[in-house]
Amino acid sequence: MTTLGLYLPGSSLVHRAPAGVKLAVLVAVGAVSFLLDTPWQVGTAVGLVVLGYVVAGLSPLSLLRQARPLLWLLLAVGAFHVLVDGWARALVVTGVILLLVLLAGLVTLTTRTTELVETLVRVLGPLRRIGVDAERVGLLLALSIRSVPVVVGIAEEVRDAQRARGLQGSPRAYAVPLVIRSLRHADALGEALAARGVDD
Amino acid sequence: MIEVDHVSHSYGERVVLRDVDVRLPERRVGVIGANGSGKSTFVRLLNGLVLPTEGRVRVNGLDTRRDGRAVRRQVGFCFTNPDAQIVMPTVREDVAFGLRRRRMTGTERDALVRGVLARFELADHADHPAHLLSGGQKQLLALAAVLVTDPSVLVLDEPTTLLDLRNARKVAGYLDGLDQQVVLVTHHLELLEGFDRVLVFDEARLVHDSTPDDAVAFYRKLMA
Repeated sequence: MTTLGLYLPGSSLVHRAPAGVKLAVLVAVGAVSFLLDTPWQVGTAVGLVVLGYVVAGLSPLSLLRQARPLLWLLLAVGAFHVLVDGWARALVVTGVILLLVLLAGLVTLTTRTTELVETLVRVLGPLRRIGVDAERVGLLLALSIRSVPVVVGIAEEVRDAQRARGLQGSPRAYAVPLVIRSLRHADALGEALAARGVDD
Repeated sequence: MIEVDHVSHSYGERVVLRDVDVRLPERRVGVIGANGSGKSTFVRLLNGLVLPTEGRVRVNGLDTRRDGRAVRRQVGFCFTNPDAQIVMPTVREDVAFGLRRRRMTGTERDALVRGVLARFELADHADHPAHLLSGGQKQLLALAAVLVTDPSVLVLDEPTTLLDLRNARKVAGYLDGLDQQVVLVTHHLELLEGFDRVLVFDEARLVHDSTPDDAVAFYRKLMA
């Protein structure tokens, strides 16, 4: 089971910082990340985020868990940029992706989902006038975070079943049950939400 | 009091419940039957998850079609698979989720959540990711998340099917101690011991309605 992006309790400065501030930093870094154009600048920014993990008291394993799923993407993007723009540009582009994912991970690992949702609902509040259901958007965020380990769990079970039947080479034998079981889970979750009065 | 007045339900051409007419004032009501007999549809009628194609369902005088919101506040529902019922990433957050629209201060809400977690022996797991709990703990969390809203009726659709015997007995033990009216669908027939009344469903009909011993004997004969 994955612990990707899930809250890890703690009392560090990063944990205690208001969710709104952390989200604002994430958005701000995302917005200005295109200004980083040397490996030195990107390296410094990544270093600062790693320092954030240290201050938050998170283990190196937590950090690696955030970065590991990116490995193939970073290799592919990096290889492309090495061929087209050279090493320096490849380091900048892959570094910026890593920076943003690590920073997003730091925010979710140190902030309760309810705090994130409440902040989002507050920020989106004024948009109610133009028909945006802020609570629904907040719930969508919570469900998205909650669904990550569920879908990973389903994927692991499907892969085990595939191995047990000697079908590990078949993408179809993997994708079809994964999609069907994920949809079934979504259906059951919808029913559970209705039972808990979410539509009321 | 649950009142089911001549209720039928169909999914398109397929009739899954046929003319069920029953009043349930008892505190402990069991529901048994083969797979596909209509028992899950029956209990889904009780909090308005399913609306009757014909007939009417009322809970404490509230009509599930007309007063769905009020009915759902009074009738908590627990599903077979707790993974599908747990909405929030951590244990504490999932229990608090049910209280999000209640008018209370954060302190009051935290106290309620803490109390329920302690009651279900989940206090030490409050900030743990819900998906890392054991199967038994997940079902207890699902139960805690429903009971924190203090419903007057608790409906459970096969809550012990995915659990081992020890955890099934643990869940049954918690159900025993509840003040709420409990309607329990189960294949674990021993959990019905001490219940006031048991309904047996077969092929979309309520075919038997009696004491646990008598109903279980009837069901065993039916399945033989």
